[in-house]
Amino acid sequence: MPEIRLSKLQFHTEPDPPEGKNQTVAVSPEAAQIRNYLLSRGNSAIADRGFRWLMVLCALSIFGIVVLIAVELMKRSKLAWGQFGLDFFYTAFIDPSTHKPMYWDPVNGHFSAIPFLYGTLVSSFLALLLAVPLAIGVAVFLTEMCPHVLRAPLAFLTELLAAIPSVIYGLWAVFVLVPLLREHLNPWLIKGFGWSGFFDADNPTGLGFLAAGIILAIMILPIISSLTREVMTAVPQSQREAVLALGATRWEMIRMGVLRNARIGIVGAIILGLGRALGETMAVTMVIGNSPEVHRSLLANGSSMASVIANEFAEASSELHLSALMEIGLALFIVTIIVNAFARLLVWAVTRGAPSSTH
Amino acid sequence: MGGYARSAIVNALSTGVRGQRSVKNAGEGKLKNEHKIRAKIRALSDGAATGLAVLATVLVVAPLVAIFAYLVYKGASSLNLAFFIEVPKPVGEVGGGMANAILGSAILLAVGSAIGVPVGIAGGIFLAEFGRGTKLANAVRFTADVLNGVPSIVMGIAIYSLIVVPQGHFSAFSGGVALGIMMIPTVCRTTEEMLLMVPNAVREAALALGVPNWRSVLAITVKTASPGIITGCMLAFARVAGETAPLIFTAFGNVGWNARLDEPIAALPLQIYVYALSPYDDWHRLAWAGSLVLIVLIVLAVSLVRYVTSRGVLKGAS
Repeated sequence: MPEIRLSKLQFHTEPDPPEGKNQTVAVSPEAAQIRNYLLSRGNSAIADRGFRWLMVLCALSIFGIVVLIAVELMKRSKLAWGQFGLDFFYTAFIDPSTHKPMYWDPVNGHFSAIPFLYGTLVSSFLALLLAVPLAIGVAVFLTEMCPHVLRAPLAFLTELLAAIPSVIYGLWAVFVLVPLLREHLNPWLIKGFGWSGFFDADNPTGLGFLAAGIILAIMILPIISSLTREVMTAVPQSQREAVLALGATRWEMIRMGVLRNARIGIVGAIILGLGRALGETMAVTMVIGNSPEVHRSLLANGSSMASVIANEFAEASSELHLSALMEIGLALFIVTIIVNAFARLLVWAVTRGAPSSTH
Repeated sequence: MGGYARSAIVNALSTGVRGQRSVKNAGEGKLKNEHKIRAKIRALSDGAATGLAVLATVLVVAPLVAIFAYLVYKGASSLNLAFFIEVPKPVGEVGGGMANAILGSAILLAVGSAIGVPVGIAGGIFLAEFGRGTKLANAVRFTADVLNGVPSIVMGIAIYSLIVVPQGHFSAFSGGVALGIMMIPTVCRTTEEMLLMVPNAVREAALALGVPNWRSVLAITVKTASPGIITGCMLAFARVAGETAPLIFTAFGNVGWNARLDEPIAALPLQIYVYALSPYDDWHRLAWAGSLVLIVLIVLAVSLVRYVTSRGVLKGAS
């Protein structure tokens, strides 16, 4: 504790302290000295130090967890890594009898992550495509246009929806969304856009990439919109006033004064939503159809990285199979860590220093 | 919204200026026309943008409300007393409940909280009381945020590899550990936020009275912020209560009663997952009922958090 207070003391004596940033800056040097004296005095010094180290240890355990996950996953995926190396992520086996690519064949010990990478990417980007424009629209409405009466309930609703468990969204998707797609949307898409190759009539179940993309979009919408809202409220009011003073309409004010200033943070929010979508497991497992194949058609059955782990892990047929699944898990871990870290940095770049939004 | 009034004034001013200029150059009617058209376009695009934003909100809110209402309706019509006191019936028999899954979830959450809450709170105390502004604290905060985004399924297989494989069997303990680890980042960050709201004068008053620092932190600062910290813990609790993915390979599920930590145990979200994908109508009914129980838990936690934070945790203190 003492050295931290000391650093604050130095901070205070610097020529121009950033105004109004922290209340503690205002502490006078004498008060800090008195505090230091009181802290280092008497028999509580040992207990204080011990307590502090205990807290530091608990904080450090967060690093420990990340390292532990990485080490465990690497340990278990060594077998598959040794067998396939990097080929695991981009090479398929050509079946000699049918000359068709074989991606995932636990019986013969052929494993390749291609269909799962493909499924994860397709479903996540589909989700972003559907969710991003809507989420930004909602955030703009909530921060710039919404009457005050509506603001709190709408914010509460988004928070609530972000907290609903994935398995419940999956349940809803299985019993409401998938029948809806099967009976109404899919026939319409096939009829209207079947020529593009993205909508084939091969799969009559209603499951598939499209169903997964839609449920993912519903799940990441609250996250993206609430973060975008946070970033937009962090834009200083003076920016808005300046643009308005130049004679801008409200939309011009939002576009030039708010969105342009917040764009880095909004990109961060979108990437954070992407991170969620990449790792989302239960809802996707329940509606994507779970077949390890690559199809151009969005209505075909597929499989994602998370869903194949959820589906096959408990009944993995061999050590190699288990190890391949672990390697997919490791890849997912690394990708989500990178995506999340990147997104957090972007969001921080905008909201740092601004008062945190109190909804 | 002071912006409206201001924009109206500014608009009026700018049109006035434009009007004067056009009087001066009376010959240039073309310019005036152009101004008019441009003003119209700007007004139109403003209206269009407003309309689109409202439309987006309606498009998002309406289905979300519909989903929510549907879940509540389906769950309420499926819930009965048997759900809370009976164990699942064998395949094909109608009736039964999820009593064992409720007990299982309670045990898993107890183990999870025993790990996640103390470590999370201690981490939060470090961030707010000891590490303010240091590089280490920033790194911890950042890692906690990133850890929050790691998919739960990855957590599940890591714990499987760490505990289930050496033990040789699935167990309630491993499931609890997985949930506990997932609670840490959330608890840590909310604790930090709540502690930062405690005014410094409170800390200084305690120190001035000769209270040792550790006691001042625990008995004064943490206690002052305790309503906020408790609701933060509840939020983390409600979040992991619905987690399914980390339990598939750790707690595994169980069709009968189990209260032992070293054996597979049933859990509510796991049971919902299994029943949702089953072909039996009665199991679907149980899945809806289970969802409602989880949703009620989550609604309670989220609204409590909102109530406490909006009311100002520290009214008495400041």
